[in-house]
Amino acid sequence: MNGRMYKYLAAVAVVTACVLLYVGKRVAWFEDMMFPTWLSILVCVLIAASMFWILLRTIKGKPAERRTVFLYVGIAVSLPLLMTISVHVPISTEGQLLFDGMKRIQPGSKVLVSFDYDPPSAPELQPMAEAFMRYCFERDIKVIIIGLWPQGPQQANLALAKLLAEPAISAKNLVYGVDYVNLGFQSGNEFVIQRMGSDFKSMFPADYRGTPYDSLPLVGNVRNFSGIDYSFNLSAGYPGTREWVLIGVDRFGLVMGAGNTAVQTTGMYPYVRSGQLKGILGGMSGAAEIEELTERLGKGAKFMVAQSFGHMVMIVFIVIGNVAYFLHERKKKKA
Amino acid sequence: MHHIALWVAAFLTLGIISFLYRDNAWYKICESVFVGISAGYWFVSYFWDNLYGKLWLGVFPRDPAQQPDYILLIGGALGVMMLLRLIPKIGWLSRWPLAFIVGATAGLNLIIYFASNVMVQVEDTIRPLFGANYSSSAYDIVGNIVVAVGTFAALIYFFFSKEHKGAFGGAAKVGIFVLMVTFGASFGYTVMSRISLLLGRIDFLMGDWLGVIK
Amino acid sequence: MRREIPLLITGIVGIVLVVAYFIPHFPFNRMADWSADWFSIVAAFAIWLGALNLFRLSIENVVKRKPGWGYAVVIIVCFLISAGVGFIEGRDFRNPGSASDWIYNYVYTPLSSTMFAILAFFVASASYRAFRARNLDATLLLLAAFFVMLGRVPIGDMLVGFLPEHWRLSDLSTWVMNFPNTAGQRAILIGIALGIVSSSLRIILGIERSHLGGD
Repeated sequence: MNGRMYKYLAAVAVVTACVLLYVGKRVAWFEDMMFPTWLSILVCVLIAASMFWILLRTIKGKPAERRTVFLYVGIAVSLPLLMTISVHVPISTEGQLLFDGMKRIQPGSKVLVSFDYDPPSAPELQPMAEAFMRYCFERDIKVIIIGLWPQGPQQANLALAKLLAEPAISAKNLVYGVDYVNLGFQSGNEFVIQRMGSDFKSMFPADYRGTPYDSLPLVGNVRNFSGIDYSFNLSAGYPGTREWVLIGVDRFGLVMGAGNTAVQTTGMYPYVRSGQLKGILGGMSGAAEIEELTERLGKGAKFMVAQSFGHMVMIVFIVIGNVAYFLHERKKKKA
Repeated sequence: MHHIALWVAAFLTLGIISFLYRDNAWYKICESVFVGISAGYWFVSYFWDNLYGKLWLGVFPRDPAQQPDYILLIGGALGVMMLLRLIPKIGWLSRWPLAFIVGATAGLNLIIYFASNVMVQVEDTIRPLFGANYSSSAYDIVGNIVVAVGTFAALIYFFFSKEHKGAFGGAAKVGIFVLMVTFGASFGYTVMSRISLLLGRIDFLMGDWLGVIK
Repeated sequence: MRREIPLLITGIVGIVLVVAYFIPHFPFNRMADWSADWFSIVAAFAIWLGALNLFRLSIENVVKRKPGWGYAVVIIVCFLISAGVGFIEGRDFRNPGSASDWIYNYVYTPLSSTMFAILAFFVASASYRAFRARNLDATLLLLAAFFVMLGRVPIGDMLVGFLPEHWRLSDLSTWVMNFPNTAGQRAILIGIALGIVSSSLRIILGIERSHLGGD
């Protein structure tokens, strides 16, 4: 059999395994494949040993091929999801600051939540959105949703669907238009915020379903930002938190906290320090923080073990590369 | 239907991941599907939310009590001129809405960036280092000094009109160190972000699709 | 006149918005509101321009049988399906259970998410090959990255659990983020803001004309 035949056989084997797993789960052949503790430890030891082998090969001048690096990253991220390890999530000062701001929101207050992200950023921001809105719904805080990204309102609908199915929130019999409303998306980036500063209705004449603004009891008497008690922005880029700070906060006096993807969180720290932002959640760890603080662990906390392993593998690869580099340089100098 | 949906999603996910092995037709098809679907989604979103929801209903409101806002027609006209870019002979007309976009953005950004990113940030940098009434803790005092000195040094580094020599060069060197720490923190967060995104897809494949994790 | 009128539009709109910030009363507030409404509408048409241009280029690729024209057919078909379904379903196209919602959840979301997810692999590979602590600056960058990467996840504190509270990796990463990182980011913010101010002024005054393109 030549190489191509082996590849076809491997592909068929993988597809068969996937079908068996898929069917097996649905007909309850197995519950799940979570590792017992001893297996989790064994897997960690094996990964560490194999990385030591990569270190030796790299020092010998045979660096790992890029697909090997890809494989290790995939393993480092996938296998921890099968491990049952519980971890304590450290709370950052800015995450605590945000939560302290949330605790000051009174029942009956109106909170503006801006969904400024798309599906690629959902693993980081969706858990934050769910945790924040769950907190609001449990305390009878009204939620007004808008989006500066076209996918934002749809991400909001996904979060709402999940929350409204939870027993504690379902028991509250929340009414659309009274307890929460989704005004949808409007184009114009920072000009949307600018226009909302004078008149919400002009920028959002109807909600995402087409219900006229004045027919929605929750927003009927909200003219502009002065009718909003707190704002929470979920942002993955432009337009996002920066535009909200520049216009909503500094020009119209909005009180705002933010949840950002990790990539743009570092750039928001000056706003937190200057008080323009009342706290920030950064990336997956930020999502885990808000889940820990609101005492409702979800996907953010669940992924922290795998996140940790991913970071460790990344660091080890960088260290391996540098160790090999320095040894190589020393050899060159001696020669 | 849900089963078909999961397999379609898994097929597309694995198609994109197959690029890691090498460029192939499966990946290229998935990429083309992504481009087509995205363009269609944005096309429809902007139509219903903006062109119909704001422009059309603003000029021809369904509620008889609401006054038509004919001023929106100017925006509509500018928008149609933008579309004329597709016709080479009269494509030059698209410069008018483009000029409007650029002018509006410049006018707004000129003020808001100066007010927020310069005035407020400078004000916060020169806050009392030891706190009001010397009330800050040692941790905060050290932090305030680091922020004040670090910001100033980094700004000195960005001043390329003067040669970085002597005391000025020394301050610029401190600025570089501060910026290196900044970029390192950005790199660390970038790594975190990328791994989080990967985790999301792995969770779908192993959880929603194959069901091997809780 | 092909360049003069656009320059005039740029200047007038820019000045109106600047003045409206300081005099938020009639007529400037009204003019600023109009500008925001028009901007929103023109931005929507700009997206339409992009989508229609993509459609036009794909059709051109198919008609002229350029290399890879088969993929252009896929683009055209998917565009028509996505747009067609969205138009037919009307304003409720985002409602859970609609065909557009199905396409969004099971086609668009997996594709867009995975496109970004594979970046993790490339970051790892690039870091392994190129990230070297060749000098003090690079070493500082590397150390800051390590502290932040370990401090922001639980494993950081687990590794240094023997250290007293407030001296662990999570506290160190918090300090790095709140102080040196803030200092550097603030300097970058100020620098960028000053650049934006100067370029905005040049655009409004008509000194910068690159946005008008060639004639």
